[in-house]
Amino acid sequence: MNPVNPMLPEVFKIRRSAQNTEDVFTLELERKNGGGAGFPFKPGQFNMLYVFGVGEVPISISGDPTRPHSLVHTTRAVGTVTRTLCQLKPGDEMGVRGPFGTSWPVEEAEGNDIVIVTGGIGLAPLRPALYQMFARRERYGKIYLLYGARSPGDLLYMDEVGLWQHQYRIETRVTVDAARRDWKGNVGVVTHLVGKISIDPVHTMAFICGPEIMMRFTRVELTRIGVSPDRTFISMERNMKCAVGFCGHCQYGPHFICKDGPVFRFDRIQNIFGRREI
Amino acid sequence: MEIDTLDRVLSQHPFFQSLDEGYRKLIVGCASNVVFQAGEIIFREGESADHFYIIRHGRVALEMHNGGKGPIIVETLGEGDVLGWSWLVPPYHWRFDAHAVELTRAIALDGQCLRKKCYEDHSLGYELLMRIVNLIAERLHATRMQLMDVYGNVKH
Amino acid sequence: MDATRRGIQTEIVLAATDLDRLLLALKETGYRVYGPTVEDQAIVYGELDTAADLPRGWTDEQDGGIYRLKKRDDAAFFGFAVGPHSWKKYLFPPEVKLWSAHAKAKGFEIEEETANPQKMAFLGVRACELAALGIQDRVFLQGSFVDPVYRSRRDGLFVVAVNCSVAGGTCFCVSMNTGPKAESGFDLSLTEVLKNGDHYFLVSAGSEPGREMLARLPQRPAETEHRQSAAAVVENTAAHMGRTLNTEGLPSLLAGNLDHPRWDEVAKRCLTCANCTMVCPTCFCSTVEDVTDLSGDHAERWRKWDSCFTMEFSYIAQGSLRSSARSRYRQWMTHKLSTWHDQFGSSGCVGCGRCITWCPEGIDITEEAKAIREAPQKTGGKP
Repeated sequence: MNPVNPMLPEVFKIRRSAQNTEDVFTLELERKNGGGAGFPFKPGQFNMLYVFGVGEVPISISGDPTRPHSLVHTTRAVGTVTRTLCQLKPGDEMGVRGPFGTSWPVEEAEGNDIVIVTGGIGLAPLRPALYQMFARRERYGKIYLLYGARSPGDLLYMDEVGLWQHQYRIETRVTVDAARRDWKGNVGVVTHLVGKISIDPVHTMAFICGPEIMMRFTRVELTRIGVSPDRTFISMERNMKCAVGFCGHCQYGPHFICKDGPVFRFDRIQNIFGRREI
Repeated sequence: MEIDTLDRVLSQHPFFQSLDEGYRKLIVGCASNVVFQAGEIIFREGESADHFYIIRHGRVALEMHNGGKGPIIVETLGEGDVLGWSWLVPPYHWRFDAHAVELTRAIALDGQCLRKKCYEDHSLGYELLMRIVNLIAERLHATRMQLMDVYGNVKH
Repeated sequence: MDATRRGIQTEIVLAATDLDRLLLALKETGYRVYGPTVEDQAIVYGELDTAADLPRGWTDEQDGGIYRLKKRDDAAFFGFAVGPHSWKKYLFPPEVKLWSAHAKAKGFEIEEETANPQKMAFLGVRACELAALGIQDRVFLQGSFVDPVYRSRRDGLFVVAVNCSVAGGTCFCVSMNTGPKAESGFDLSLTEVLKNGDHYFLVSAGSEPGREMLARLPQRPAETEHRQSAAAVVENTAAHMGRTLNTEGLPSLLAGNLDHPRWDEVAKRCLTCANCTMVCPTCFCSTVEDVTDLSGDHAERWRKWDSCFTMEFSYIAQGSLRSSARSRYRQWMTHKLSTWHDQFGSSGCVGCGRCITWCPEGIDITEEAKAIREAPQKTGGKP
């Protein structure tokens, strides 16, 4: 990030692009002017991505923090900027500001069982946390990945998820909201999977990322199995224009999502989480 | 399977957690062991709901047909789940199709037999009803969540 | 360095007829001078050439939703309260270009906006406005990031404060402990005294540049009598505040009353016009706009003032998160009086009263806070 002017993007070049699902795509970026240090970041942090003349959007980083030479973003084509981003080709250029925000407490979580509950595109900001845990897999107990999506076709990174299960002993439970008969996996809400895992709740850390309603009911299920709010971390989303605490858009009660978040320890936002129109 | 084994399986299943032992013994009288092969139909929509199933392991899919769109799986159930509540609600007809997705072992409970015992002993009836209501409430909540299409980010 | 030892006074008396000399001295030192002036039937802030540009002999009548200029029966230079403008427009401009980008044969490059604005002097900064300046300093300069736009304008700013001789009908700086006397954060402070046919300013220096400026002015020594008269002016103002606000435990009171029925009441009146946020000297929210020229080869990013009262403000893919007027008024008021403390260690309100005066409905933040205090909810909010 520009140390003097945090509002100034740096130009990056698209190295690779891939369509993950009908409306989700992944871009792999590199600095236009080289840059040996790559792009160091912490899992859970985000960048502001700029498309020339169109605008800027906050997008979480979804690559491997232990391999910072490439910058990876997976996002959904949903607004003007992301729809344009989606059409960019390798070699095209775009602007990047970041990394911003807080991260999943991956190191603090060492020695614990880990429960990751995620829905839809919510897996993208959690993938870096998984990568970082894989690098030191022996330092963690069980790692559960509970992942829900709308349909089998909306599931992200499925090749990788299968690999993780075997290579890194990840207990994976995938579910979708509805499916055709050729789907042999679970159908149902992701929150329903929480009650079916076997962990030691006082030595467990839970990371949740997905739509707010899904995170809300995930907390209900975590309470049932004894995982306390201060051992639960969630990633929040709000409108953002500056990402550095100036524009005021991302305020959430006393917090700025851009600098106090996006990752929050749940007990710190518990009193406003789920309240309407905060 | 021996009665003792059935009793042990029931006592360990979450659905019967902390149920009075006497009642469990009564229920075991209506229980039998069943196995469904992958792909095997367990029941079809409209058929009379004579049983419900305590799933020990495996996976069962609940399906609904929607004309030309073909069958849609609306929920799957697995280890620790209970399949079916239509046995308790008149006119005791299944509202879904159910088939085993993979080899599934379960304990079938005879609905007619249980209904009779509940009628004779309302306290047992209350115990069972509370458990079933809880189950239905959870399914209803899950259904509402699915209806909200929470991952469909786009505002139409 | 001890100023008195160097023979420089830190407090002098400047004849009212010599006020122009202060403007001249500021301009000679390289400052563009900004201050209050009458425009469109209001006292606004603009560039000043001479002391004749000041609203001499004018005062303002203010109440909820009411602002009216009136002639005074004397020739006071600063005999009014604050108007619709605040100094933030100079340090945090309503519209500013952040950078531009130019398309290249392949890709594009970004060019930083390096406008170096001329040094500014603000003449006539009230105590509440000094407090507001301090608050915006915390937002833009004292966090983990520094806003270069604000920094470039704030550095080298010369502040001439004026202690208030009139309390406006919507003023409550005494409640907010921000005025009416400027205690710090200025280079010079003026107290205007009109007494027994004498018209002068007691001028105090609050910084080294202030002391240097003081030395350039025609002056009489400040006597006890001058000081007493000046103190009486401020005391009189403090005793005539138009409004009061009880701030005792206010942050947690509001945080604990997020579902209070009063929010529904105020929502019936609130037009969500955003006037309160535009006139507020501490509101800092902004948005960005990306524009291109017709060729599409040249793009710019602009930063513009924004308001938490718009629907777009909280818009994410699922829609606007604060779609009701109730929630938007609540956001604004709880931010100002409650969560601002969590974020920046002080209230976001300085008691200037602008939001009350310039609300077309005359919604009064002090009244709203009072209503909640008088009938707080039993449950909800912060534990």
